[in-house]
Formats: sequence, structure tokens, C-alpha cells
Amino acid sequence: MTLTAAYAALAAGVGVWAFLVSRLRAKSWQTKGVTGAVNEGGATLLPPSQIGLIVFLGVVSSLFALFIAAYHMRMMAGMLNGDWIHSPLPRVLWVNTVVLILASVAMQWASAATLPAQREALRGRLVAGGVLAGAFLVGQLLAWREVSGTPYFSALNPAIAFFYLLTAVHGLHLVGGMVVWGRTVGRLLQAEVNPADVGLTVRLCAYYWHYLLLVWLVLFGLMLST
Amino acid sequence: MAYVAMADRDHELHDPQTFITKYIWSQDHKVIAIQYSLTAIAIGLVALVLSLVMRLQLGFPHTFSLIAPGDYLQAITMHGMIMVIYLLTALFLGGFGNYLIPLMCGARDMVFPYLNMVSYWVYLLAVIVLVAGFFVPGGPTGAGWTLYPPQAVSQGTPGASWGIVCMLASLGIFIVAFTMGGLNYVCTVLQARCRGMTMMRMPLSVWGIFTATVLGLLAFPALLVSAVMMTLDATIGTSFFMPAMVSMGKAPTHAGGSPLLFQHLFWFFGHPEVYIVALPAFGIVSDLLSTHARRHIFGYRMMVWAILAIGCLSFVVWAHHMYVSGMNPYFGFFFATTTLIIAVPTALKVYNWVLTLWKGDIHLTVPMLFAIGFIFTFIHGGLTGLFLGNVTVDVPLSATYFVVAHFHMVMGVSPILVVFGAIYHWYPKITGRMLNDTLGRLHFWITFLGVYSIYLPMHYLGILGVPRRYFAYTTTDFPQSVQQLNAAITISALIVAAAQLLLLFNLFWSMRKGKDAGPNPWRATTLEWQTPDTPPKHGNWGPKLPVVYRWAYDYSVPGAAEDFIPQNVAPSATTPAGFSHGGET
Repeated sequence: MTLTAAYAALAAGVGVWAFLVSRLRAKSWQTKGVTGAVNEGGATLLPPSQIGLIVFLGVVSSLFALFIAAYHMRMMAGMLNGDWIHSPLPRVLWVNTVVLILASVAMQWASAATLPAQREALRGRLVAGGVLAGAFLVGQLLAWREVSGTPYFSALNPAIAFFYLLTAVHGLHLVGGMVVWGRTVGRLLQAEVNPADVGLTVRLCAYYWHYLLLVWLVLFGLMLST
Repeated sequence: MAYVAMADRDHELHDPQTFITKYIWSQDHKVIAIQYSLTAIAIGLVALVLSLVMRLQLGFPHTFSLIAPGDYLQAITMHGMIMVIYLLTALFLGGFGNYLIPLMCGARDMVFPYLNMVSYWVYLLAVIVLVAGFFVPGGPTGAGWTLYPPQAVSQGTPGASWGIVCMLASLGIFIVAFTMGGLNYVCTVLQARCRGMTMMRMPLSVWGIFTATVLGLLAFPALLVSAVMMTLDATIGTSFFMPAMVSMGKAPTHAGGSPLLFQHLFWFFGHPEVYIVALPAFGIVSDLLSTHARRHIFGYRMMVWAILAIGCLSFVVWAHHMYVSGMNPYFGFFFATTTLIIAVPTALKVYNWVLTLWKGDIHLTVPMLFAIGFIFTFIHGGLTGLFLGNVTVDVPLSATYFVVAHFHMVMGVSPILVVFGAIYHWYPKITGRMLNDTLGRLHFWITFLGVYSIYLPMHYLGILGVPRRYFAYTTTDFPQSVQQLNAAITISALIVAAAQLLLLFNLFWSMRKGKDAGPNPWRATTLEWQTPDTPPKHGNWGPKLPVVYRWAYDYSVPGAAEDFIPQNVAPSATTPAGFSHGGET
């Protein structure tokens, strides 16, 4: 099974390589001159900060994928030697999940408000998105407290250790997003700033919120199913 | 738009005015590159001294009593980690990446200059935390550079309480710094290239650094995951990696952790790390060979594809470091196969370097000497990799000096020869002055011959079965020749280390006394040599950004007035319309 996964990874690597090669077939030693387009070289026309966010999310995806792989491998070892003890997840996590979905919706709604007349609406939606994310974090802390009171709570139980580790790493990423969110709200409080001026930042915040929602759904699903 | 954001300008914008904003809190990629390089070289010298202390112990165990066995373990750990992460990775990506990417792509700076500045200072913090390990109770960790559990956090291993925490914290901080820098390198290559600079017109140096950065961004998280989990094992008593162990009659404090899980995570980072160091070296050496052989790089497109193939494959070879770890034996077959597959694009690159030299107008300048030296050492290190990549050969050679010799040749000596070549090559652009040629040649020959006299005998020691990481050997274990060889290796190592003083002296002396370099002393085609000022000023290009009309390797073009045509020279200015010359096979 794991060997099959390894071969699948090899095939994926070859596939990625073939895709890259298919995009890079120019015989640059033959062609001289330059065409009129600005980015005819293949650079995307997206703003640098958006590309930066996409690359960063790639790094974060790698981080979470590796945490999940470690979770899986440690669980397999733990099931063999009997130290992996399942504990029921706190019910508040369901509430937290709904709150995070609402946060994501609010951020998406905020990113749709781009007209000068929608300044107040943008501010309200943006604040709602951040406050809901904050509420999610508070809910996670409540879940931590609840788990700490159960008989399963022990540093030696890897299921518990992973619960705290994964929620902490996810929460820290959300806190990082809230720093950018806080600065954006700060800018919006200045009288002369229009929605268009912060439109890109709000849009990128919305992407980040959606991404962290997706990560949370994966992590929550993983912990529920194992 | 990226291009608009970095567009032509008719007035100077926010140029740094004070000494502090110009040289300390600088957002200029060139200054940050120099900050990165100087810090990396400084900490690298610490690692070099550690290696000499170890060599004196091994070569003359009864003459010197500089260190105790525990200190020896700490020295090998710190030497390895510093050289791989804090010197080579930081120097290639933070140093050369920062300096070359914007200049070679025709950009004014990185796309996120502030983040770039923060990246350096966080890197410096990582180095400080690492060095702090020398001064905490118990000293730095002595777990070996791979930091394998359980011994890394078990009592009895040097630095198992404070030292390991300093190391793990430092690695975590380094990864944060690298991510900030890496985002910049990737985004700048994707977004800030000047007009006409298509991806397939980029010099191979940029391709190497770009691909290595992508590898780093995807692989360093594995180190972060393992560092975080091991820190928790060491500090709050979790059992991610730590199995139950009865130590000195005391009850176990951990239960059920998987040391093998750590090895998988570590090497999922560790093997791409080899290519994070090697790919920039591959790229840079391609440019050095082409420029100094006055010939286009042979098979440019294949070279790009090979870099990408090596990058993709480097993620599926990690467990060839773990043949003796007790993992599923079927894995050995899979990982031996992938290891042999990755040799194909690597060998392709070696052939292309040699074919670039074929019928070239070879100028044996100092950078060229180092580049050719690299081909020798890399082939040598690569061939021993074929031995170790095969399970049945690897098993008896595991943990012997054969392994030490292999990885020092392939990812120690080879990349560092490229670093030296690159320093001699780009120093004139960085300072405006040439490095002293005689000192450079002396430096090359002592280093090149010296490293062979260090590492060739080590292969022999390995085949005899001499184990690595041992503080001392008794005379009954091995033939007398082992001790004699160890003494000879130590003498060679001392000579090679002393030869590096020539480079250091040259770097400082030439800054004031070196020959004036002019803007393009090597008559090179790439954009960094076409800047209006040498050294380039803030913003690199004056009021107008360059426009690129051709690839980076128009050397010795038939019919051209000179033997090189810079990338920013329009076709009509040099060759008949529609003229093209072949190069690819």
C-alpha cells in the first residue's frame, strides 16, 4: 500500500516535470528580438502580492500535508503498540467550524464591496470576518480546556498531542492572517481611504480565510475519522 | 502590474540616504546579498575551525588533547549543520540569489524589498541562537547533524537538554527567514523580469537558484515539522518520536514514539536539501563555463529540463539515506531505482558541461579553473553515489568514512568550488575591482589538490570499515596504515584550511588595491554586466530598464564583431536580419 503510494508519487513527479517541459519548449537560441507585450516572457499578470500569497499557501500546504503524513504514520505505529488512545472530540468544534465558515463568507462578502459608496459596508463585513475568526480562536481555546479535563489527557497519548499540535498550528496561521486583517481595518478607518485602495488586500485576506477554512475542514475530518 | 510597479523612471525614488538605511537596515538586494554572504562566511569559518579540531584529534590522538569525546560529537554536529544550512544554503540563495536574480532578470530589486530585509535579520537571529548553543549549560547538541531521536534528546548525549533546544529553535527561525527570502526569489523571477526576458532566455544561474528555492519552500516545512515535534518531545514530554527507554534504571518518561518517523521527515527535507545546494551550483557553473570558454552552453533547453527533472525527482529519493534504518525492505528497491533515475539528468548536465568546453576558446581564468575543478570533484562524488545508492553495496559501507568521503565530495567540495569560482567571477561587479590573479591561482591549486588528498584516502578508510563519528580508534581495530592515513589527511586539511586565508586576504586587499575592473571584465553577455554603473547603484539600471533581445549565451557568434553579444543588444545591431546559429543537438 505504502509502496503503491510511493510509485504514485514518482508518477506525479514525472507528470509535473512533463507539464513544465511542455510549457518550456522555446528554442531561445534561434529567436531574436522582443515583442511589444510587457510580460510576453510568461510571467503572469497577477499582482506580485497575489503571487506571493499563492506561493506562501503552497509552503503552508506542504507544512500541513507533512503534519498529516506524520499524524497518519504515528497513528499506525501507535495502533501497533497500543499507545494511540482515541478520545471523543469536544462538541464545541462543530460550533467553531460553523463560525469559521461564517467568517469566510463575511470575508468573501467584504471582497465584493469595491465601490466608493460601499465603504461602510466593506468596513462592516471586514470587521465581521475578523471578529468571527477571533471567535473561532476563542472556541478552539474552549475545546482545549475541555480536552484537558478528560481522562484521555496525557502528553504520552499521541492522539491528544496531535490534537493540540494541529489546532495550535492552524490557529497560529489564523493569528498571522488577523495581523494583516487588523492593519487593513486600520487603513479603512482613515477618512480618505476608499474600498478600491484596499481592494487587493481584502481579496487576499478572503483567499487566506477560505484557505484556512479548507485546512480546518481537512484537519477536523481527519481527527473525526481516526 | 509587476512591470509597471518596477517600471522606467525619470527621477530618483526613495533612495536610501543615511549610512544606516544604506548599509544596515537596507532594502537593496545587493546590500542584503552581501550581508547574507558575510554572515554565512563568518559562521562557515567557525565550522571550518571545528573540522580542524576534529582532524587534529583523529590525525594525532596522542599529541593533542584539545577535546574530549563529548566535545567531538558536538563538533561534528555543529560542523555539519552549519556547513549545510547556515553556510551553503544561505550563501547560494541568500547571497548569490539576492545579488543575481534582480540583476540577471533586469529588475530594479526584489518584489518585496522590506520582506527581503527582514529575511536577513531573521537569518542573523537564527545564527545567533545557533551560536548561543555553545554557551548554554551542557554546550551544543552532539546528536550528529541528522539529530536522530532517541539519542538527540536522551540523557548522556552532549547537549541533550539545552543544546538541542537551541539547535531546533535556530532551525525553526532559519526556516522562517528562508521562507521570506524564498517568496521573494520566486516572485521576482516570475513577476519582475524585464521586457524580452522570457523564462527560456534566463541564464542557468537564475534557473538553478529559482528551482532550488522552490525545492526549499516545499522541503523546509518537513524540517520544521520534525523540529517542532522533537522540541515538544524534549520539553513537555510528548512521544512523537521518543520510544519507551529505561535509562540508568529509571522508569521510561516516553512511550511508543517512532524514531523512524523522524528519519522519514528529516530526509524528506534532507535529500532535497542536497539539491537546494547543488542546483544553484549547477546553474552558476554553467554560466562560468560558457563565459570563460567563449561558447554557448551546450544543450540549453536540456539543461533547463534537467534542472526541473532533478527538482521533481529529488522528492522521491529520500529513503536512500535510510537503507539500514529498519524500514520496509521493499522501499529499498523503490528508492534505489529512483536514485539511479535521478543520475540520468545529472549525468546529462555533466556531459553538457564537458561538451560546452569542447572546441571552446577556453580562457583558464581563476573562475574557469574552479569551474573545471568542480566538474572533476562532482563526477567523483557522483560516481561514489552510485555505490551508496544501491542497497546491497550501501549496507556494508553505511556509517563508514566512505559515506563521509562521498558527501563531502559531492555536496561539500563541489558546491564550495563553485562558490569560489563565483566569488572570483562576480567580485569585479560587486566591488568594481579585480581579485588578485596570482593569489587566486594559488588558492585554486592548493584547494583543488588538497581536497583530493583529504577525501580520496577517506574512501579507502571507508572500504576498510573505519566507522564515522568515532573520537578515537584503538590500534588493534585497524591496520597501522589507517592511523598513518588519518595523520596525512589531517595535514592536508590544515594546508587547505590555511589556503582559504589567501582568499580572505585577497577579498580585503583587492577591495582597495585590486586592478580596476571596468563594467564587463569577462566580456560576458548576461544583464548584470550591462549595468550603467559598476558597482550597480540603487535601482540597478538608471532611468531605463534594459530590454532583452536574445538568450544569455551568444558567444563567438559567426559574423559578429566581437565574440560576445550582450542580451540587451538588438539583433539589427550585430548580425544580419534573420540570422540564427545552431547550438542545440
